[in-house]
Amino acid sequence: MEPGKPNLVVFAETLQALAQSDKEILVVTSDSRGSGKLEPFAKALPEQLVEVGIAEQNLVGISAGLAASGKKVFGVSPACFLTARGLEQIKNDVAYSDNLVKLVGISAGVSYGALGTTHHSLHDFAALQAINNIDIVVPADNFETQKVIETAVSHPKPLYIRFGKKAMPHLHQPDTPFEIGKAITLSEGADVTFIAIGETVAEAVEASQLLAQQRIAAGVISMHTLKPLDKEAVLKAALFTKALITVEEHSVYGGLGSTVASLLMDAQVYLPFKAVGFPDEYTVTGSQTEIFSHYGISPDGLAETAQQLLTGVLTA
Amino acid sequence: MSEKNVQELERKSIQYRKKILSIIKAANSGHTGGSLSAVDILNVLYNEVLNVSPDTFQDLNRDRYIQSKGHSVEVLYVVLADRGFYDEADLDTLNQYQSHFIGHPTRKVNGVEQNTGALGHGLPIAVGTALAAKKDGRSYRVFTLLGDGELEEGSNWEASMSAAHYQLDNLTVIIDYNKLQISGPVETVTGITNLKEKFTAFGYAVREVDGNSIEDLLEVFSHLPFESGKPNLILAHTTKGKGVSFIENQVNWHHHVPTDAEFSIAMEELDAAKLALGERNGTW
Ligand SMILES: [Mg+2]
Repeated sequence: MEPGKPNLVVFAETLQALAQSDKEILVVTSDSRGSGKLEPFAKALPEQLVEVGIAEQNLVGISAGLAASGKKVFGVSPACFLTARGLEQIKNDVAYSDNLVKLVGISAGVSYGALGTTHHSLHDFAALQAINNIDIVVPADNFETQKVIETAVSHPKPLYIRFGKKAMPHLHQPDTPFEIGKAITLSEGADVTFIAIGETVAEAVEASQLLAQQRIAAGVISMHTLKPLDKEAVLKAALFTKALITVEEHSVYGGLGSTVASLLMDAQVYLPFKAVGFPDEYTVTGSQTEIFSHYGISPDGLAETAQQLLTGVLTA
Repeated sequence: MSEKNVQELERKSIQYRKKILSIIKAANSGHTGGSLSAVDILNVLYNEVLNVSPDTFQDLNRDRYIQSKGHSVEVLYVVLADRGFYDEADLDTLNQYQSHFIGHPTRKVNGVEQNTGALGHGLPIAVGTALAAKKDGRSYRVFTLLGDGELEEGSNWEASMSAAHYQLDNLTVIIDYNKLQISGPVETVTGITNLKEKFTAFGYAVREVDGNSIEDLLEVFSHLPFESGKPNLILAHTTKGKGVSFIENQVNWHHHVPTDAEFSIAMEELDAAKLALGERNGTW
């Protein structure tokens, strides 16, 4: 995999390019222009940046008012604060009131690593999935980030976009079709399929390469849209492959894993299944990579999970 | 505004109060005290101040009214019906199964700008709406009505800082200062005091009025903006339950529904008040 930039940087560059030619685009920040890599945006387009101070409820409410008045609003704040401090505003002022704000949760998941639980967002999928009328997109690489930001401008529903800040490898060709709600199949594997989201997709791709060395055919789906979930892609994978593994930078409660599991059960599709994510415990201390590895979200960890899941399945 | 027109508006307030009590009685639920408290404010806003009508409701240049104290929805529904946003008969469905006329403002009801009800939400949205006008060079104005108990929500103070920072003199915040909230006097719940000083310190141009006086309200709104470059704040001293003797200033009437006996006494009192205005009984 070719090394790329942090999705955060691609987000800021893409948005600035769009905003240069579309004056209706506004960015609203809560003292987060630095952490959002938006200093160049602020310098180039000062009239299109609204600063509300360290006040995430205010950020979401003001964004809703701007959107209701015809502005194309990107509300940008660390995911941990945006989706917890501002949750009631997201629920009422954005989703329920159908104000088409694009909420951007930066430095998401455990991107802040050793800064600890106050700065982690491992709850946001669960919290937002249960709210009617807001879509959730989590880009895996620079390509998906650029595409989702471009698509977001005219997306007909409130939207939550979430990504981290470390450099991500390129996963897609530039001509890959991208559509919110349509998963991208990176590879097909007859034995096991990883359905991964966000920054865990790259880990799953590497795991599939390790598994190939052991003659285990593993496929990878980038499920960049959590809601609306691409049910067809899940069910197709479940028919094509012998086992499914979901991978996410989120609690195992209420995220991709439980949503996929519930879809499979509802469709009466039964196969070996494992949801890899964060267990319900005090999160271990360390860098994002160390924390990932601790919870098995690593090439080795995911390959091992696949092997365990397939024990007795491949020989049967 | 001639004396006759003031009297006409005063008569309208009485009609609104009767209608509010009627729909709350029929629905067997509602926020009686707070709706009666805000009647005169909404009366003056919708009949004399706001540049909005059913025909112009989609117009980008319309004035916006966002009711942050969403629980007092009955007064909003009654006034919007009177202004022709929908049939008065629709009010009979208040809180009924599958009705859009639910217990807090929703955009499914024509004329309602934003879905509110959770407290502390209207002002940030109003700030965003007023800021958009400034960005676009539009002349519309934004008004929002807050309860006094509602000021305990911190989001109001976050939004106030932004309103002053962005010099939103096209924004008018009205506090329905009736001194009561659901568990008792606001002063005893949180000791909220010196509101004028607080809002002035937050950068508003503040005016205090009798929020149940049509004349005072007409006067204060005629001076907008109070100061160029500052958001406007009207501290409207009101009486919770205004207009019916046994409802006024009674904590338990926050969402009490009148009994048959209470309802008929209330109607008698309001009819008597109307007669006292020197006008014949009219239909509203
Ligand atoms: Mg009150």
